[in-house]
Amino acid sequence: MTAIAVTDSSEPGLLTRAHWAVTDTLTITRRNLLVWLRVPAYIMFTVIQPVMFVLLFRYVFGGAIRVPDKGGYVNFLMPGIIAQTAAFATFGTAIALAQELQKGVIDRLRSMPMARSAVLAGRLVADTGRMLITTLIVIGVGYAVGFRFENGIVAAVAMVVLATVFGLAVCCISAYTGLAIGDEESVQAFGMVWLFPITFLSSAFVPIQSMPGWLQAFARNQPVTYVIDAMRALAGGGPVWPSLWKSIVWLAGILIVFAPLAVRAYKRAS
Amino acid sequence: MAHSQSGGPAILVEGLVKSFGEVRALRGIDLSVPRGTVLGVLGPNGAGKTTAVRILTTLLRPDGGRALVEGRDVVREAAAVRRSIGLAGQSAAIQLELTGRENLEIIGRLYHLSWPRARSRAIELLRQFELTDAADRAAKNFSGGMQRRLDLAASLVGQPKVLFLDEPTTGLDPRSRLAMWDTIRSLVAGGTTLLLTTQYMDEADELADQIVVIDHGEVIAAGTAEELKGRVGGDIVEFTVPDRARVGDAVAAIATIGEGEPHADAETGVVSVGVGGQGSDALIEVVRGLDKADVQTHGLTLRRPSLDDVFLALTGHAAEEEEADQPAGRRGRRKAKSKAADKETARTAS
Ligand SMILES: Nc1ncnc2c1ncn2[C@@H]1O[C@H](COP(=O)(O)OP(=O)(O)OP(=O)(O)O)[C@@H](O)[C@H]1O
Ligand SMILES: [Mg+2]
Repeated sequence: MTAIAVTDSSEPGLLTRAHWAVTDTLTITRRNLLVWLRVPAYIMFTVIQPVMFVLLFRYVFGGAIRVPDKGGYVNFLMPGIIAQTAAFATFGTAIALAQELQKGVIDRLRSMPMARSAVLAGRLVADTGRMLITTLIVIGVGYAVGFRFENGIVAAVAMVVLATVFGLAVCCISAYTGLAIGDEESVQAFGMVWLFPITFLSSAFVPIQSMPGWLQAFARNQPVTYVIDAMRALAGGGPVWPSLWKSIVWLAGILIVFAPLAVRAYKRAS
Repeated sequence: MAHSQSGGPAILVEGLVKSFGEVRALRGIDLSVPRGTVLGVLGPNGAGKTTAVRILTTLLRPDGGRALVEGRDVVREAAAVRRSIGLAGQSAAIQLELTGRENLEIIGRLYHLSWPRARSRAIELLRQFELTDAADRAAKNFSGGMQRRLDLAASLVGQPKVLFLDEPTTGLDPRSRLAMWDTIRSLVAGGTTLLLTTQYMDEADELADQIVVIDHGEVIAAGTAEELKGRVGGDIVEFTVPDRARVGDAVAAIATIGEGEPHADAETGVVSVGVGGQGSDALIEVVRGLDKADVQTHGLTLRRPSLDDVFLALTGHAAEEEEADQPAGRRGRRKAKSKAADKETARTAS
């Protein structure tokens, strides 16, 4: 063993610290993606499950659900599936953080001279990246079963970007719940309680007009619906702006509220 | 502020106080650990050991008092403290899906070592902890002892001057426990300052230069292992009286033997007495006394003092007694653990 200590008691400069914030985030991102690749169940949840959803909704429910959209149900369905997949992927965010908290991994990292922001930032980068991969796979499968972008390449890319930002926002909420609740099973149960209603009580899978009146009031005015409607307009044509600006306001609001909350929960984690 | 970086103790704690709502986890703890020495913090479940470690490793803010590590304040100079410490917490904080090597390389990168340096440091540590053969297996396939060793290796990646180990052998089988003791001893031989918490008297005895006993967030005794055991009265003769009605007779029969008053638990029928260095002579006297009084007993043993005995001597109650407010699960775990420790004592004594 070498006798030279790697630790140094002098305070590193601002530039060094900024550099470390980036490299530490990348190290944590890399670690999280490695873990993800090693667990077959995670691949199952993030790739196979959404593909199954596309096929099931397309062929089982698709015949029964009437939609006004050009291109029929599959074009209506795809933006909904993508948003739902992105939202559900954040189950993994919350659970992983709760596990790390319980196992003492976060304690170890917080006792090290690494960048304080890196654990959360690395988690968000890895999970958002994972989400993007899933989205692209789902779009590929969608294409195989009849889905088409009808509005040009720029709008198509914009739809993917919107889906990703939406996923990031939900990821922040999940990261906060994971760190604040801290117990794996409770986190999972709590995830069910808000993620299921917020995605299914939206325009994701069926036209809102087909819901009972009291549900319509909720479904019509909640952010997941705005995001999905904007994605639908970007993918299939039609007026984009009315739903897009509401989406942007909501997503910005969620990020402004929940990103600091998650950071605070991380700093306080015990 | 006098930061005597070179001269002062590695760890200095003064009047440390921490509460969690109603629970007063630490009620004013003082500690001083000279450089290159080992402090054993001994205490039962809920004593406040982990709380103290978490404050010293900058994870938790104290409500009052102050703590310096290598002359740096753990609250105001937390970043500097983090550069000089290593922590292995109460559970193995390793990524089970990753290999031993990957775990250590990632920690190395987070200590801002270059890739080649992180790699070679991982190899060094794997060798030092005898994990080379398992280096490329996922940590989830490691035995409990191997996971603990990997966790300890991870705490050393940054070559800390001060190392904190929170119950490093809890949950290990006796053999892995002895191996872990060897590992810790060789670390300390390298000059690292170590603060170690434990629930086992024999562990503190084996590894620590100085021991502090804490209970309910307070230091109730401090000294070397020998000094503490001196207060218990050396070895202990213990037996069980199956007929609870005769516990009193048993105590009377042996009252003149040994150094202190015999302790009797009316509920379990367990009677114990400190016999100093008289050992087997005292054992024979106890047998004679009980025989004369015609008291039936079983499980008569002569053993070295355990944490429970130290507690009994220091506080007049067993370590687990006052924990009636704790959930049953925790008390159960504590009992199971101290039994394992006794067995171990018997083993090493023979
Ligand atoms: N985060 C927390 N929130 C609330 N109470 C806590 C918290 N951490 C510790 N406590 C309480 O503080 C007291 C001291 O706990 P601590 O974990 O320091 O004990 P310990 O000596 O490490 O015990 P063990 O041997 O079980 O690890 C206990 O009563 C515990 O329940
Ligand atoms: Mg503890």
